[in-house]
Amino acid sequence: MIERSSFFDFVTYAVMALGLVIIITPFWIVLVAASLSLPEVARVPLTLWPSSHLMENLSAAWSRADLGPKLLNTLVVAGGVTIGKITIAALSAFSIVFFNYRARMLCFWLIFLTLMLPLEVRIVPTYSIAANALLPFQALLDATGITSLVETIAGIRIELNWNLLNSYTGLILPLIATATGTFLYRQFFMTIPDELVEASKMDGSGPMRFFFEVLIPLSRTNMLALATIMFVSSWNQYLWPLLVTTDRPNYGTVVMELKALIPAQNGTPDWNVTMAGALLVMLPPLLVVAFMQRWFVRGLITKDK
Amino acid sequence: MERRAHYRNRVLPWLLIAPQLILVLVFFYWPTSQALYWAFTLEQAWGGGNEWVGFDNFMGVFGDGRYWSTVGRSAVYAAAATGISMGIALVLALFVDRGLKGTKIFQSVFIWPYALAAPVVGVAFRFIFSPQAGMIGSLNRIWPGIWDPATNGLHALIMVIISHAWLSIGYNFVFFLAALQMIPRSIAEAGAMDGARPARRMLDLQLPLIAPTTFFLLIMNIISTFTDSFGLIDTMTEGGPIGSTEVMVYKIYYDGFKSLDYSGAAAQSIVLMLIVITLTFVQFKWVERRIHYT
Repeated sequence: MIERSSFFDFVTYAVMALGLVIIITPFWIVLVAASLSLPEVARVPLTLWPSSHLMENLSAAWSRADLGPKLLNTLVVAGGVTIGKITIAALSAFSIVFFNYRARMLCFWLIFLTLMLPLEVRIVPTYSIAANALLPFQALLDATGITSLVETIAGIRIELNWNLLNSYTGLILPLIATATGTFLYRQFFMTIPDELVEASKMDGSGPMRFFFEVLIPLSRTNMLALATIMFVSSWNQYLWPLLVTTDRPNYGTVVMELKALIPAQNGTPDWNVTMAGALLVMLPPLLVVAFMQRWFVRGLITKDK
Repeated sequence: MERRAHYRNRVLPWLLIAPQLILVLVFFYWPTSQALYWAFTLEQAWGGGNEWVGFDNFMGVFGDGRYWSTVGRSAVYAAAATGISMGIALVLALFVDRGLKGTKIFQSVFIWPYALAAPVVGVAFRFIFSPQAGMIGSLNRIWPGIWDPATNGLHALIMVIISHAWLSIGYNFVFFLAALQMIPRSIAEAGAMDGARPARRMLDLQLPLIAPTTFFLLIMNIISTFTDSFGLIDTMTEGGPIGSTEVMVYKIYYDGFKSLDYSGAAAQSIVLMLIVITLTFVQFKWVERRIHYT
């Protein structure tokens, strides 16, 4: 604050309070509705104060949408994407920044370009690869003539097939195949002074030792930010899980199951159970964002002034 | 930007980058090039591979009046949702940036929507906007039929757009606030010395100084109306009533996975990809070195 202006301070608080109402109201309604009984939730206008049925609605939503195993699935997927992305991104950024090889910039651009098209935009083509993830390699073998060569010599026809539908790998891998994390790391690695590299070289450390003992400890903040972003975005995935999991009972995620909790057009309007389900599904990423806010905000923004 | 100190090794860098490269090739480049192939071919009904049809699929898509209304609807959706969300987020960020006492509480709540999945927001707002129950229900008691997204297409579209705008406030707020906080304090002080009141400083100092972020957000928001809209529409309206909330991504999903018209969906995907790529290029051209990540 630069000067005192009690009128403008009043305006500031008024606007922020209005913003608070806009943001909080939907959360509050979900929470309130999740605590009402069926006749209470059907009442018009809606009561805006919580009632006492929260636990029974939560357990109704839990059993109706079979949330136990679904939560576990979602946790496996979100955890897998987070850990996978952090690892792969750190390694590839390390390779691009700290090694000098000719194809370095080509690799950089190959990875960089993937930032342009989010998964939802290229859903049709990506789906085709999920049925057989080894298709590109098969095509490569066919094109180079290795397939026919092996067939004539050994009499075996090479048929590579790896179906990713209804599997954790299918849910996880396509989400890792983007450049987000690589760039966060690259940006950070660029700020590491050359002297540090030279010093550790002089002390006789090899590249991997430098990576594990200097870079990883230094990039802890970035790692936390990336972890938050990745956890939230993979927990919230909807379209991709919808397509690759036909076996809903075993591989469904919580966000997908939510739709099943919506009351049917002419069925019982038990929105209280639906809202209880929504509450359960939104809670984990909300807690992560609330607790990690400091790092996550720093990671979203690159300060290169 | 170029580094002087490097490690020298023939194999190691390739081993390090291999996992990322393989993933990107298998799940990005291969499928995207396949989509190009499908877009120009037609799968034969009785098997026997694909037949080259040139631009026929695109002609089919572009000749379809329903496709153009989907494109128009997507444009309206993108403009409205982006405008509302960025407007609210910017105003909130400008006032939070003043850093008055207690601002921290407001600040952390304003980020919350970022954590939510589009379908969760869809389900919640479907209840809030439900004509029979909840909040809007009382309006309908007084004036029957004043609000009915289940049968009125315009109401349905407004409902989805409001939900989308609300969902993106958190993300926009984070970026706006960060950009504002990066403005050196001395500039604001100099403005105050010259007699500029807070409101004047907001308009003539802060807004122009955060223009790169605003532009970046504009592009990111438009792209998110292509991506996040699916989760909202699928849980709120399923494209209905009578296709009045069907946007481009939803139509691709519907044509490709419900009507099983792969070639048509591939052609539509290519068009959508070109739009998104163009938007991203425009952004890079403008914002140049200042790259942000999501």
